[in-house]
Amino acid sequence: MEILIALLIGVLFSVSTYLILTKSLFRVVLGTVLMSHGAHLLILTMGGLGVGSAPLLGEGASSYTDPLPQALILTAIVISFGMTALLLVMTYRTYKVHQTDDLDKLRGRLDE
Amino acid sequence: MSNFLTLPILLPMFIGTILIFFAKKHKLQRVIAGFSALSLLGVAIYLGYIVYTDPSQIITLEIGDWPAPFGIVLVADMFATMMVILSSIVGVVCLFFAFKTIHSDREKFYFYPFYFYLLTGVNGAFLTGDMFNLFVFFEVMLISSYVLIVHGGTGYQLRESFKYVVMNMVASAFFLVALAYLYATTGTLNMADLAERVQVLEQEGILNGIAILFLFVFGAKGALFPLYFWLPKSYYGPPAAISALFGGLLTKVGIYAIIRVFTLIFVHNTEFTHTIILILAGGTMFFGVLGAVSQFDFKRILSYHIISQVGYMVMGLGVYTPLALAGAIYYIAHHIIVKSALFLFAGATQKITGTTELKKMGGLLKTHPWLGWLFFISAMSLAGIPPLSGFFSKFALILAAVQKESYYIVVVALVVGILTLFSMMKIFMYAFWGEPKISQDKVNRKEMFALLRPIIPLVVLTICLGFFAEPIFQYSLGVSEQILDPANYVNAVLGK
Repeated sequence: MEILIALLIGVLFSVSTYLILTKSLFRVVLGTVLMSHGAHLLILTMGGLGVGSAPLLGEGASSYTDPLPQALILTAIVISFGMTALLLVMTYRTYKVHQTDDLDKLRGRLDE
Repeated sequence: MSNFLTLPILLPMFIGTILIFFAKKHKLQRVIAGFSALSLLGVAIYLGYIVYTDPSQIITLEIGDWPAPFGIVLVADMFATMMVILSSIVGVVCLFFAFKTIHSDREKFYFYPFYFYLLTGVNGAFLTGDMFNLFVFFEVMLISSYVLIVHGGTGYQLRESFKYVVMNMVASAFFLVALAYLYATTGTLNMADLAERVQVLEQEGILNGIAILFLFVFGAKGALFPLYFWLPKSYYGPPAAISALFGGLLTKVGIYAIIRVFTLIFVHNTEFTHTIILILAGGTMFFGVLGAVSQFDFKRILSYHIISQVGYMVMGLGVYTPLALAGAIYYIAHHIIVKSALFLFAGATQKITGTTELKKMGGLLKTHPWLGWLFFISAMSLAGIPPLSGFFSKFALILAAVQKESYYIVVVALVVGILTLFSMMKIFMYAFWGEPKISQDKVNRKEMFALLRPIIPLVVLTICLGFFAEPIFQYSLGVSEQILDPANYVNAVLGK
């Protein structure tokens, strides 16, 4: 199970790297979204993927899942949600103002 | 008693929220913002005082009474409180400068709320004692900075802010990756607990990897070589008050995190990690100052100087002796004050001449002598001319590097010092000497002093930091000895 998820995380990271390096504004945004998904899955996997037990069953429980990674991911998801919303709005405004979504044309001139 | 520790974080958060309700009444907003920024400064100084007089000089607070390694802790040691005081000083000064320079349209679109949320994030990042909480406060700071840097929405700002945001989002994703590895290896995210466990874990390879990942993350946020490329262009866009706040504070939060993490947690193999840090410091200093030398724009030169000076701070960490770290800490204090002052001078000059391009200016010394000489003092301080503050901090850093026999970095630091002086003189000669080129009667004498009033405290501070170098250096030495002995921190947090 861990190996499968590790492969998935690898795929997510490589796809997101490709997207971030492309020239289109919107693809770059999608790239950052996928990259944060990869990071969240990694936190979950690093905590160990226990199957079939609840996170907290009191002190006498014989088996339990580590609850901390889930709490961390929840926080991180909320943060990346907010960031993505802001970035989408910024992307839209940039597109409106500059009339292009090509990052090559958004380089800026050397003399400014 | 130690609940007081939450005030530097909670106060700006509440003020920011209150200010949202008065978004359209900008006079009222100014009054509330001004008073609360001043009270924040008071709180910060009082916190610094009680930490300094405390017998252990570290005050901790377990939030919600959850015991230390499990819950989140806030830790105020001398380094953290010093940074909180500095951030509050810059916060007050830039705010009062913003009153004079920010267009009222910008004021109406939630400028002040985000200003205070930014301070919330910065103070939180300084005071927290938990790695994940550090991430959260970093994000609070960053999302406010995204808004402030694009605030106003000019074409230039939108274009460059997009790159700034994407760069930081990638770095944040890697922050999470580094945290995941760290948690999997050590099973904890509390900094004090980490400091203990990293020493006893015999997993050097993995820990080195994690350390470098953290160096990458904080290096990207603190503009270290070779990850500084986003900084000069994005800091150029926003109004001067915001550039000054960013230039003074934001990269220094990254540097604070590097210093904290590499003195407290990742000290298992200093041969490896701190040598890399020293090499990066050299590259940061050198390439940053080369950028400054090649530019002919007031704000751009200052932005490149941020990079080269971040190098000096990290150099103190790379040399890793008490003297070097004391120099680095002194340098951070000096840099935050002087750099903000210089950016505000750039803003004042822009207000007078309507441009930041040096080749279009000239003769300001004749028409605005006060502006000229105050700028001159700050520029000399930045370049490290005695008896101003820049000299003593650089002297300590270079002396420490000589004692450690790292001669390469000494050569780089000295060359960079000369080039810094050269580029600051370039600004002074182009902008203040010669004949006036543009009509400079846009700002009359009275308005000029209104512009200069917020900057003068910073200039006075840099002079004081130079003339009272002995007590301030003793304080920095105290700070550096405290952070070089992680046992203090661990005992204070885990209550042993």
